[in-house]
Amino acid sequence: MKSFTTHSGIVGPMDRVNVDTDLIIPKQFLKSIQRSGFGPNLFDELRYLDKGEPGKPNEGRPLNPEFPLNFPRYQNTSVLLARDNFGCGSSREHAPWALDEFGIRSIIAPSFADIFYNNCFKNGILPIVLSAEDVDTLFKEMYDNEGYQLTIDLPEQTITAPSGKVYMFEVDAFRKHCLLNGLDDIELTLQEADSIKAFEEKHKNAAPWLFAS
Amino acid sequence: MAGKTLYDKLWDSHIASQRDDGSVLLYIDRHIVHEVTSPQAFEGLRIAGRKPWRAETVIATPDHNVPTTTKERLSGVEGIEDPVSQIQVKTLDSNCDELGITEFKINDPRQGIVHVVGPETGACLPGMTIVCGDSHTSTNGAMGALAMGIGTSEVEHVLATQCLISKKMKNMLVKVDGDLGKGVTPKDVVLAVIGKIGTAGGTGYAIEFGGSTFRNMSMEGRLTVCNMAIEAGARAGMVAVDDITLEYVKGRTFAPKGEHWDLAEKAWRNLVSDDDAVFDKVIEINAEDIEPQVTWGTSPEMVLPVHGNVPDPLAENDSSKKAAIERALQYMGLNAGQSIKDIKLDRVFIGSCTNSRIEDLRAAAAVVKGKKKADSVREAIVVPGSGAVKVQAEKEGLHEIFTAAGMEWREPGCSMCLAMNADKLEQGEHCASTSNRNFEGRQGFGGRTHLVSPAMAAAAAIAGHFVDVREF
Ligand code: SF4
Repeated sequence: MKSFTTHSGIVGPMDRVNVDTDLIIPKQFLKSIQRSGFGPNLFDELRYLDKGEPGKPNEGRPLNPEFPLNFPRYQNTSVLLARDNFGCGSSREHAPWALDEFGIRSIIAPSFADIFYNNCFKNGILPIVLSAEDVDTLFKEMYDNEGYQLTIDLPEQTITAPSGKVYMFEVDAFRKHCLLNGLDDIELTLQEADSIKAFEEKHKNAAPWLFAS
Repeated sequence: MAGKTLYDKLWDSHIASQRDDGSVLLYIDRHIVHEVTSPQAFEGLRIAGRKPWRAETVIATPDHNVPTTTKERLSGVEGIEDPVSQIQVKTLDSNCDELGITEFKINDPRQGIVHVVGPETGACLPGMTIVCGDSHTSTNGAMGALAMGIGTSEVEHVLATQCLISKKMKNMLVKVDGDLGKGVTPKDVVLAVIGKIGTAGGTGYAIEFGGSTFRNMSMEGRLTVCNMAIEAGARAGMVAVDDITLEYVKGRTFAPKGEHWDLAEKAWRNLVSDDDAVFDKVIEINAEDIEPQVTWGTSPEMVLPVHGNVPDPLAENDSSKKAAIERALQYMGLNAGQSIKDIKLDRVFIGSCTNSRIEDLRAAAAVVKGKKKADSVREAIVVPGSGAVKVQAEKEGLHEIFTAAGMEWREPGCSMCLAMNADKLEQGEHCASTSNRNFEGRQGFGGRTHLVSPAMAAAAAIAGHFVDVREF
């Protein structure tokens, strides 16, 4: 998994509440057999004027000129500014997969849906909860300043705005550790491979029929 | 110290590592895989350059996407008309071939619904920890095993490490005592349990089904009950091991043989809750009170005895419940207070991992024998849960009883349980279904599902509306 320590990047808006996983990546893409290839279809219904289908090339599809992430000033957005209950809906991991591939490294919102929040960490994305007022302030500053960037420091748990103002945020210690070191669950578990092997030996003695081939 | 529950024993005997934050690495003995939730997990493994920890513990079979008409099945994978379904099935095949995973492919006689195939091949055994990327994995708990559904990331994790990161659940005992009345089946028991505790009643718990009713129940009946533990909110359901379990397991393809059998039998005899075990919650139901059940709404807890009347929202004081009833009645196209028996059926589906085993088909066949499907019922399909069930049913001539009654006899798969293949309801159609979920759109956009037992579904197919199978 990608690690996350500090990141500075362009901030882009997703200015509505209850953005659900279907809006992040529409249903038809769930029949895909891959975990990659979702980036061009992130926010598909908002981003394009026609309907996206799995397997249909996205090059040359008509872009929705009114969707902010299509504006030239928000190209290369890597920090997504969002509203309450971002990521609600299904538990599928296609949503963080799509965000990651699009280039989003961090999402800042007043609240997230539970499962989505977890899934972000599993996929190297840092979701940050700030108060609704702070998020409001950031939205205003972003709209007022083209090329608006934020600097996120995970070890210090801070966000620094261009004005110099620093926002503190909370993050679970274990998740922070994993993200800083780019450890995914599997890698972490494999660090305990010796324990697993030792258990396996014990288990083999207790239940040899489970190991007969 | 208090004794241990069955769940405690299964849990304790599979802890590969205890972590500081209370979670454990739970060692997994059996991993079952199907085509829908596995492709990204296999791709993840490949990207990371990892191999399965113990490929021999994995068994795969395609079930969700496979067509069930003989015509489409004749030409195997290439015969799958929906191109996206075909890709998912082919991907499972190539992943399994590449990694040396045992797979029962589309036309292998052992192919079938994952949760039917596991127990009947002996791939799922007492005392095992069993996972599958599918919530109805709870079915396998009937063997006296700890069986849980997992997500795609977890599928990859188990493939790579043989372990699941897990936190212990609480213990719940659902105790049903007494004899079931004639025509009352395990499906009615579990629907009655869900009606009583609700679809969130088991959230955070592992449920053990105990009491004389389950002790006297066949393995197939226990599988039906544990299948729907998840519909009561519990990730795992289980039944203690007894003679019935051991008799069922003995001689199955992957069951231990010879010396290993003797060792296993001795160990499995201990897979019962100790007399002094303490459960966090106990629910008690009297078997004699259970009648044939029919769901009327869009959640399995919206269930009533067949003689009941659909609820009237005006009689409900709680405003959110009232709104839920109103919404369900509207979706289902039912009138407040109408009799369950007046609900007319457009289709009948006998199948799914809940009720597609041989006993289920025998029960349905016994009801339709010598009778004809009502003309008003557009279609009644019978879908065996696996190739083995199909062969057995045909040996017994059950397929002829169904076809003589005007019902269709199909090839094994999930079929109309979730309508991922071509078997779907049309908007507004009412279906008597032996499956497990009656959510909006589950069996097709706008479709209206009523969950019932196989005998009740068969009787409804003949009558054209719900009837009490005991009076049929
Ligand atoms: S039969 Fe239905 S519930 Fe069972 S595994 Fe298939 S789709 Fe899921």
